[in-house]
Amino acid sequence: MDYFVQQLINGLTMGAIYGLIAIGYTMVYGIIGMINFAHGEVYMIGAFISLIGFLLMGVLGITYVPLSLLLVLFIAMFFTAAYGWAIERIAYRPLRGSTRLAPLISAIGVSIALQNYVQIAQGARVKPLQPVIKGGFDLSSGSGYPVSVSYLQIMIVLLTVVLMTGFTLLIARTSLGRAQRATQQDMTMAALLGVNVDRVISTTFVIGAALAAVAGTMVTLYYGVIDFYIGFIAGIKAFTAAVLGGIGSLPGAMLGGLLIGLIEAFWSAYFSIEYKDVAVFAILVLVLLFRPTGLLGRPEIEKV
Amino acid sequence: MASARPLPLFAGIIKDSFLAGLIAALLAMPLLGLRLVDSVQGLSLDTRFNWVLIAGIVVFLGRLCLALAGVFLGQRKERRGVAPRTASRTAKQNSWRVVMGWVLILGALILPMLPFAERNLIDKATLLLIYVMLGWGLNIVVGLAGLLDLGYVAFYAMGAYSYALLSQAFDLSFWACLPVAGLLAAWLGMSLGFPVLRLRGDYLAIVTLGFGEIIRVVLLNWADVTGGPNGLTGIQRPSFFGLPFSASNAKGTTFHEFFGLDFSPDHRVVFLYYVILVLALLTNLFVLRIRRLPIGRAWEALREDETACRSLGINPTTTKLSAFSLGAMFAGFAGSFFATRQGFISPESFTFMESAIIVAIVVLGGMGSQVGTVLAAFLLVGLPEWFRDLQQFRMLAFGGAMVLIMLWRPRGLLSNREPTIRLHKNASPDDATEGESAS
Repeated sequence: MDYFVQQLINGLTMGAIYGLIAIGYTMVYGIIGMINFAHGEVYMIGAFISLIGFLLMGVLGITYVPLSLLLVLFIAMFFTAAYGWAIERIAYRPLRGSTRLAPLISAIGVSIALQNYVQIAQGARVKPLQPVIKGGFDLSSGSGYPVSVSYLQIMIVLLTVVLMTGFTLLIARTSLGRAQRATQQDMTMAALLGVNVDRVISTTFVIGAALAAVAGTMVTLYYGVIDFYIGFIAGIKAFTAAVLGGIGSLPGAMLGGLLIGLIEAFWSAYFSIEYKDVAVFAILVLVLLFRPTGLLGRPEIEKV
Repeated sequence: MASARPLPLFAGIIKDSFLAGLIAALLAMPLLGLRLVDSVQGLSLDTRFNWVLIAGIVVFLGRLCLALAGVFLGQRKERRGVAPRTASRTAKQNSWRVVMGWVLILGALILPMLPFAERNLIDKATLLLIYVMLGWGLNIVVGLAGLLDLGYVAFYAMGAYSYALLSQAFDLSFWACLPVAGLLAAWLGMSLGFPVLRLRGDYLAIVTLGFGEIIRVVLLNWADVTGGPNGLTGIQRPSFFGLPFSASNAKGTTFHEFFGLDFSPDHRVVFLYYVILVLALLTNLFVLRIRRLPIGRAWEALREDETACRSLGINPTTTKLSAFSLGAMFAGFAGSFFATRQGFISPESFTFMESAIIVAIVVLGGMGSQVGTVLAAFLLVGLPEWFRDLQQFRMLAFGGAMVLIMLWRPRGLLSNREPTIRLHKNASPDDATEGESAS
C-alpha cells in the first residue's frame, strides 16, 4: 500500500509535467491542425535555459531560493517563448495553406536542427544540477515502505494547477482566448471578422513554448540531470497525452498528461522499467483504435 | 513598382534585416553566449558573447541577401512574365525526367569502372543506394498511397535482424534469406498495419512512429535473441554464387581463385555495390509497373480522396494494407542487404532519425517522383557523407536543409501529382493541374 502511494505521488508529478508540454501540442493542433514536432525540442531548450539560469543566479549571488526560482522561471519562459515564436515565423508560417505534409517535414527538420544546435553549443555530456529545493514530508506509517513527498513535488503540482487555472481563464474570458477559439473553429471566417489570425497563431506558439519552459525547469529541478536528447521521448509522451485526452481539448491534455504519468510510474514499479515506453505507445495505439477522439475530444465530422 | 521608389524599399529591407539579426542575437544569448562547462566542482558558466555577435551578423547578412535577391528576381520575373504550365510544358518536363533517369542509371552502372572510383567512393555510393532503395520502397506508402509512415525503420530493422538471425541459426546464405527477410518484413507490415490503417493522416504518422520505437525498444531489451544493445556480430557476408570474397577458403575456392585474379578487398565492395544497385532498380521497376495496375491506380485515387474511393467500391483497408506491406517488404530487402554489408547490426542503426531521413527523402524529392527520390537522397545522404569531417555540424545542416527545401519547394524538388495513366487520352491535363499550377 505504501509502495502504491509513493508511485501515485511520483506518477502525479511526472503527469503534471507531461500535461504542461501536452498543452503546447493540443493548442497548436487545435488551431492549425499540425503536429508541432519540434515542441519536444522547445521543452529541451527550456530545460537548458533554466539550468543556465540557475548557474547564472549562483554567479550573481542570488541565494534566496524563491527569488532565484522566480527569476529563472521568468528567464526560461521568456527565451523559450522567443524560440517558439521564431520557429513558427521561420519554419511554419510560410507553409501555411500548403500541403499537409510540408509543415510536418519542416517541423522534423527544426527538431533535428535544434537538437544538434544545443549539442554543439552546450556539449553532448549529461548536465547535472545541484538540488535547489531540498526536503519534504515523511508520510510513512511507521513500518514498511518509506513514503515521502518532497517540497519540490508539491511545488510542481501546485504550479501546474495554478498555470492551468490561469490558462483556462485566459482561453475562456479574455479577448485573446476568444480570438483563439474563433480561429480554431474557422480560420478564414475569423480573419474576415477582423481577427489577426497570424498574431493569434504566433501567440499560441509563444504560450505553448512558455508552458514547455516551465515543464523544462521543473524537470531540471526534479531529475537534476538533462541532456540534449530529452526532448524526443518527452515530446512523444506529451503528444500521446494530448491524443489520449482528446487532441484540441485543454482539460483533455491535462488529464492525458496525468494518466500517462501514472501509467508510466505504475508500469515501471510493477512490471518492467525497460518497457515503460512501450507501455505508453501501446496505450496510444489502443486509444486511437477504440476511441480516436480521445477521452474528452469531440468527434470529428467528415466533410466531403 | 520597386524601381519607382527604391529608397524607402531598401530602407525597409535593411530595417527588417537588422531586426532579424537582433532577434537572432537575442535567441543566441542564453544558449550560445553562455556555455555550461564541466569541472570538478560540478558545472560552471563560461561566456562566449562573440558567438552571439557572429550569429546576429550572419542572420542580418543572410536576411539582407535574401531580400535583395528577392527584389532582383522579382523585377526580372515581372519583365519576363511567368510561363503558364501548359500541357506541352508538362510533357517536356516528364520526358526530361525520363532522360535524366536513364542517364542516372547508366552512370550508376559504369561508376565502379571509372578511373576516379576508389573504394571509398563506391562505399559511399552503396550507402546512398540503400537510402534510394528505402526511399523508393517508402514511396509506395507515402507517395502513392498517401499514408505517412514515420516508423518505416521498423521494417528495415526486421529485414536486417531476420537475415542475421536466420543465417546464424540455420547457416543459410544471403540469397536464401533475402526473400524470407522480405516476407517477414511484409508480414510485420501487415500485422502492424491491420489495426491502425483506418486512422487518418497525422494520427497514422504518430502511431507508426510509436510502432517504430516499440520495435527498437524490444530489440534493445530482448537480449537473448537480439543481443540487446551489443547487437549481432559476425553476420555472414554475401558470396558470388557460392564463391566467398575472402583471402582464402578452407572449404573450397574463393572468388579471386576461381577467376584467376589477385586477391583484393575491393572485389567485395564492388560486388556489394552491384547487388544494391540491382535491388534498387528492381524496386524502381516494380513501383513503375505496379502504378499502372488497378491496385496502383487505387492507391493514387485513395491518396486524393478516400471518401470518393469508398463510394466507388474500393476497399480502403485492403488497398492501404497492400501498399503498407509492399513498402515494408522492400525495407526488409534493404535491411538484409544492410546487415550483410555491415556484418554487424545493433538497435543503434534503427532509430527514429533513420525513419525521419527516409521520409524526408521521399517528401523532399516530391512525393511519387522516382527521380526526385534519387536527387533528395543525394542531397540528404550523399552530400553530408562528403562532409564527415564536420561531423558535429552535419546534422545541424541536415535539419536546416530540410526546413529550407520545404520552404523553397513545399511540394518537393520534383513534384508529381499527375495520375500515372489517364483513361481518356485527349483530356487536357491543364484541367487537372489548374489549381496547383500556382506553386
